[in-house]
Amino acid sequence: MNSEDIIQNLTQSDYKYGFTTNIETETFPKGINEDIIRRLSEIKGEPSFMLEWRLKAFEYWKQMEMPTWAHLKIPPIDYQEIIYYAAPKKNKAPESLDDIDPELKKTFDKLGIPLEEQKQLSGVAVDAVMDSVSIKTTFKETLANLGIIFCSMSEAIREHPDLVKKYLGSVVPYTDNFFAALNSAVFSDGSFVYIPKGVRCPMELSTYFRINAKNTGQFERTLIIADEDSYVSYLEGCTAPMRDEHQLHAAVVELIALKNAEIKYSTVQNWYPGDKNGKGGIYNFVTKRGICKEENSKISWTQVETGSAITWKYPSCILKGDNSIGEFYSVAVTNNYQQADTGTKMIHIGKNTRSRIVSKGISAGYSQNSYRGLVKIMKNADNARNFTQCDSMLLSDKCGAHTFPYIEIDNPTAIAEHEATTSRIGEDQIFYCNQRGISTEDAVGLIVNGYAREVLNQLPMEFAVEAQKLLQITLENSVG
Amino acid sequence: MLTIKNLKAQINGKPILKGINLEIKAGEVHAIMGPNGSGKSTLAAVLAGRDYVEITSGEVLFMGQNLLDLAPEERARMGIFLGFQYPVEIPGVSMVSFMRTAVNEIRKYRNLPPLNSSDFLKYMREKKELVEIDTQLTHRSVNEGFSGGEKKKNEIFQMAMLEPKLAILDETDSGLDIDALRIVANGVNKLKSPDNAYLVITHYQRLLDYIIPDVVHVLYDGRIVKSAGKELALELEEKGYDWIKREYQKI
Ligand SMILES: Nc1ncnc2c1ncn2[C@@H]1O[C@H](COP(=O)(O)OP(=O)(O)O)[C@@H](O)[C@H]1O
Ligand SMILES: [Mg+2]
Repeated sequence: MNSEDIIQNLTQSDYKYGFTTNIETETFPKGINEDIIRRLSEIKGEPSFMLEWRLKAFEYWKQMEMPTWAHLKIPPIDYQEIIYYAAPKKNKAPESLDDIDPELKKTFDKLGIPLEEQKQLSGVAVDAVMDSVSIKTTFKETLANLGIIFCSMSEAIREHPDLVKKYLGSVVPYTDNFFAALNSAVFSDGSFVYIPKGVRCPMELSTYFRINAKNTGQFERTLIIADEDSYVSYLEGCTAPMRDEHQLHAAVVELIALKNAEIKYSTVQNWYPGDKNGKGGIYNFVTKRGICKEENSKISWTQVETGSAITWKYPSCILKGDNSIGEFYSVAVTNNYQQADTGTKMIHIGKNTRSRIVSKGISAGYSQNSYRGLVKIMKNADNARNFTQCDSMLLSDKCGAHTFPYIEIDNPTAIAEHEATTSRIGEDQIFYCNQRGISTEDAVGLIVNGYAREVLNQLPMEFAVEAQKLLQITLENSVG
Repeated sequence: MLTIKNLKAQINGKPILKGINLEIKAGEVHAIMGPNGSGKSTLAAVLAGRDYVEITSGEVLFMGQNLLDLAPEERARMGIFLGFQYPVEIPGVSMVSFMRTAVNEIRKYRNLPPLNSSDFLKYMREKKELVEIDTQLTHRSVNEGFSGGEKKKNEIFQMAMLEPKLAILDETDSGLDIDALRIVANGVNKLKSPDNAYLVITHYQRLLDYIIPDVVHVLYDGRIVKSAGKELALELEEKGYDWIKREYQKI
């Protein structure tokens, strides 16, 4: 199926993923304290270093306050009202597909993520996470034959403690920020990837996050390590039921690229955005950071952000190795009362490091959409180069688009370029489409997808189609 | 096919069309000429359904239906095509996906199944050959970075793809060199049939050397002040519009 077909097949403007799965869930009592963390660590069978780390993070978090610098209106959050652990019952790692609750299988089928390997898109391996636990990781054996580790974070902590101990928190320490500290204390699952030296991962790796349980926060943790001369392309997707209450999602993602390694990380974020009046929706407060640790390494972030009531997210690159490259491609769409404050940080430390930022904001309804970016070029980063392109498109006259670019240069040989544009979606463009028989809804979809083309082109093929479709749905009934 | 009765329209409260009457039958080619600012493009905009023009009175029937009640895309699907005087650029949207969406919308209206990828590409190739347009153009984004002439040729190509009943060409000839003009005119002549009709808005007689009109109208100050056979175009070319203006002011 190609993108035009999909665009044409769309008629519904509702959030399609808003259903709930009725399964028995094991949950902790709400609230966060030392006992909860101990219990969590125990239920996961973690080694003691993990528990100690969590407790330190918790102590640290208690001293912290929620950041307020973003261009966001965040209602107060009561962290003692959140449930920190919810798992479908019988959460022992299933031996085979038959051990997985059929309701869960159905849920993921409905989301378009079948857990049976033979039903999946060829060339994509999936880790399916529901609430606090990983349900199933596919193609594990195929990948293991190449020495690739692709498993849930819980499993990695048990089975590969040395790698976890070495790298967890090495890019985003728990002291980094309020949400990173909280996540470090209570994260319950997520994905773990290790690509050994010289291996090009032959398939897309992906994690699909699903929030299901009520009043539950989702705190997942992803760690990807690409050893020397390796390559991996990784994608995450996410959805949640429609609920009137806000739900908190505070994830941490860490990427480590060693010498000559490349990591491509793509996100199609479609958490429930709340209803037309701004009721409900996910608070998406996420810390994502990668380090190009050694020379000639490359990290590329691509994100398509359409969901969530509030998004606070800055996937960043630390370009430590000489000649390393960081990229950030982003489309952020906000409609109705959604708010997004998103962007990136490119920290140039090594010589000849290069970074490229392409950000496309699309705002509709009463939404607020901000780009916030920092390009920092340190003293020793001779010949560092940055190019930033930052565009905003407005679909209504009640929404807001803002850009906050920060540039700090401490090396005279460095060059940073910044280009920015703001435009209204053109009446003339829409009419031109209308005159060719295309409805306004479809016209907006076409025009917006065209505007975001440079970013969408970065996504793996299968997901580019999905993302185009999402942009279209998110913006239905939004021109005015 | 098209009947316009006493059509009056205004923009921002300013009357632009002041009582247009026009009848176009299937198989006919009508030319509308007239000085700048007389309301030619506004008439085209009304027929296509642009909402900045406010209809104050009159009636337009197209294939027996009240055209003014319909949304622009419905009119397009029924078979009204407007070749724009100033085609817009739509960055990042490929000609292929744009045209495929359009063609399939129109097919849907005509109760035809959508064309799949390979059938569509084949159809597109045929039409490209028919109107002798550069292969390059369809590999690019809609009008993005096209020269003036390329944009106009692209309009004719789109017309060929959509097979309209009534094609309104708004100054498709202006800014074209003689070769491009011939391509545009040949396109129209090849697509002409007893079942469709053309309303060709032009400034110059030279297009009408290639596309022979059945009737030539002169639009001046929001009214059709003269209608005659193709000789009228030659007369206008020779004498300019001043005599029309003088004649009109006498009334
Ligand atoms: N979008 C618009 N807004 C305001 N006035 C307009 C607009 N379009 C056309 N007009 C006015 O309407 C009159 C007729 O214009 P137009 O139909 O473009 O003439 P023509 O195509 O015959 O040159 C002119 O006075 C022009 O200034
Ligand atoms: Mg005009």
